[in-house]
Amino acid sequence: MKLLVVEDDRETAAYLQKGLSESGYAVDRAGDGREGLFMASSGGYDAIVLDRMLPGMDGLAVLGALRAADIRTPALILSALGSVDDRVKGLRAGGDDYLVKPFAFSELLARIEALLRRGQAAPATTSLRVADLELDLLTRSVKRGGKPIELLPREFSLLEYLMRNSGQVVTRTMLLEHVWDYHFDPQTNVIDVHVSRLRQKIDKNFDRPLLHTVRGAGYCLRAPD
Amino acid sequence: MADDKLTLPMVQSWRWPRRFIQQQRRLLRTHAFRLAALYFLVFALSMLGVLLFVYWSSAGFVERQTEATLDAEITGLAEQYAQRGLSGLVQIVAARSAGDPGDRMLYLITDPDGRPLAGNIAGWPLGVPAHSGWLSFNFVSKSNGRTVTRPARASLIIIPGGYRLLVGRDISDAAAFRDRVKMTLMWAGLVALGVGLLGGATMSRNLLRRVELVNRTSERVMAGNLSDRVPLDGTSDEFDLLATNLNRMLDQIERLMAAMREVTDDVAHDLKTPLSRLRARLELALIGPSDERAQREAIRAAIDEADRLLATFNALLRIAEAEAGSASERSELVDLAEVARAAAEFYEPVAEERGFRLSVATEPGVEIRGDRHLLSQALANLLDNALKYAEGGELEVQVSRAAERAVLEVADRGPGIPEPDREAVFDRFVRLERSRSTPGNGLGLSLVRAVARRHQGTVSLADNQPGLRVRLEFPAPTP
Repeated sequence: MKLLVVEDDRETAAYLQKGLSESGYAVDRAGDGREGLFMASSGGYDAIVLDRMLPGMDGLAVLGALRAADIRTPALILSALGSVDDRVKGLRAGGDDYLVKPFAFSELLARIEALLRRGQAAPATTSLRVADLELDLLTRSVKRGGKPIELLPREFSLLEYLMRNSGQVVTRTMLLEHVWDYHFDPQTNVIDVHVSRLRQKIDKNFDRPLLHTVRGAGYCLRAPD
Repeated sequence: MADDKLTLPMVQSWRWPRRFIQQQRRLLRTHAFRLAALYFLVFALSMLGVLLFVYWSSAGFVERQTEATLDAEITGLAEQYAQRGLSGLVQIVAARSAGDPGDRMLYLITDPDGRPLAGNIAGWPLGVPAHSGWLSFNFVSKSNGRTVTRPARASLIIIPGGYRLLVGRDISDAAAFRDRVKMTLMWAGLVALGVGLLGGATMSRNLLRRVELVNRTSERVMAGNLSDRVPLDGTSDEFDLLATNLNRMLDQIERLMAAMREVTDDVAHDLKTPLSRLRARLELALIGPSDERAQREAIRAAIDEADRLLATFNALLRIAEAEAGSASERSELVDLAEVARAAAEFYEPVAEERGFRLSVATEPGVEIRGDRHLLSQALANLLDNALKYAEGGELEVQVSRAAERAVLEVADRGPGIPEPDREAVFDRFVRLERSRSTPGNGLGLSLVRAVARRHQGTVSLADNQPGLRVRLEFPAPTP
């Protein structure tokens, strides 16, 4: 998987490059907006990590130019501007995800993985499956090992999101944003309790757990090895 | 306006102090001056129109009356001529000429060569052409033994056979009247124009003075004196209104500046402590044992500390965003019941786990115009607080309508907040003594208040007997 990091701050860029390389990605770096646009246009990248405030040409302009040229490489915007307005502007400009600086590296990694997954998303599936866990999007029913599991509507959405990103780390912030549409961090461990309730329902009576807690990062739903 | 001074010849200008001249030059460029000049022009033109009309309807009226009288007289004479021929006409003219001179009528009938046959004018007046029509001339008359030339207006008719009939009237009185009217009107016009000039000058000076006041105040404010205000003169006219609005704007700016200073102070004070702690941790890790486990632990602790700092920063930014944000942005109709239900659903598992009975009571259709995200976060903060400080029991979220206001309440059965502290807890970084042991940054209620204010609402704390009842009130949306 090949990533393009467009970031003007040397130190941040080096940190991203190092971290992403260690996670198994091939990483190219562009130091300003124009260079980023040239490199991204040449294609061949699986995802772009784009700083919002860049010298020469700002991140949103780069994105606009790329999308206008019909280059659909998924892009994650990094920005120090974190208000909901800024976020909305970033996503409207063609960004696929928006991460506010400073961020935990694990958060960035999880989001990039989700982006890459989305890029190759199976078109219009009606059911999801991880190991013996099945989720039917039409009847909104869940079965594990053939046995039906009763879920509340929000638990269903939570499980759907986890299954769509199965095998990858999903952070609490990602869950907050995608399942609840909340763009703030609650002071209490609300997400953990939701996840543990879901875990009770899908894992409790089975030998091999599917839903795992990843320490310091988030959760991961994956088939047993 | 002071035109008399403006049109001074250049040679004389040395007489005036330089400052005065500068003032006048500036005056010429002002809007007030242009306005006054325009006003004066319009005033002068309408004045001229009025005077012309007065002249026409007074002096002109006398002239028109004279001509009407003459017309009637000639018509009478023509009838006499038709009945009695030339000789009859001569007789009548002779008789009328001999009559009362008080009516100032003039008659003369001559043969084709201009020799008088009858009449009260001595002879054919000099320079009067011999064809029909209106004419004006001077005639010589004797009164009290003196010979005077008097003006006359007359109509001349050529009778068949070449005889001339002149019927006229002495108009010396009318002429005198007309002159008098002319003089009167001229003086009246001059006085009116003078008054107009003076009025315009005063008006523009007045305008200028009040604009000056605003300008001077603005300059002082820009120079840093933020508490200066434009003086009002209590007339509540447009200028007072302008001054009032400017003053309100300045109040707002001053308030914002003060708030910003306060935030800066708070940030400096309350972020320094955790930053120093972070620094100390890292320093200890550096000089401490080089055992890898211990170092990793130290780094992890440092990251946690940094995360807490970042959370505080984010909360501060959120508050600033809520306080400064323009209300129109991202503003939509928000159903408070929906916000309450979503938040309750979100918090229900954790509430249950901690021994709370979370309940939601909503009235339908309680909507306000606002920002859904901020409202959700305000409610989340209140629920977080309740979960943190109360130890189980009922936790109620209520949405209702009271006197055209939308009300959102969160009530718990915790220790509550004592009356004297109920104002202070809304300030940034304020944490009550007994809450110091629980994690938190003292910004939760600040955000709640900022969100309430952003929506033109209020937030108040009350005793839930026992417990705390937080009440947010918002104005109903304007359609």
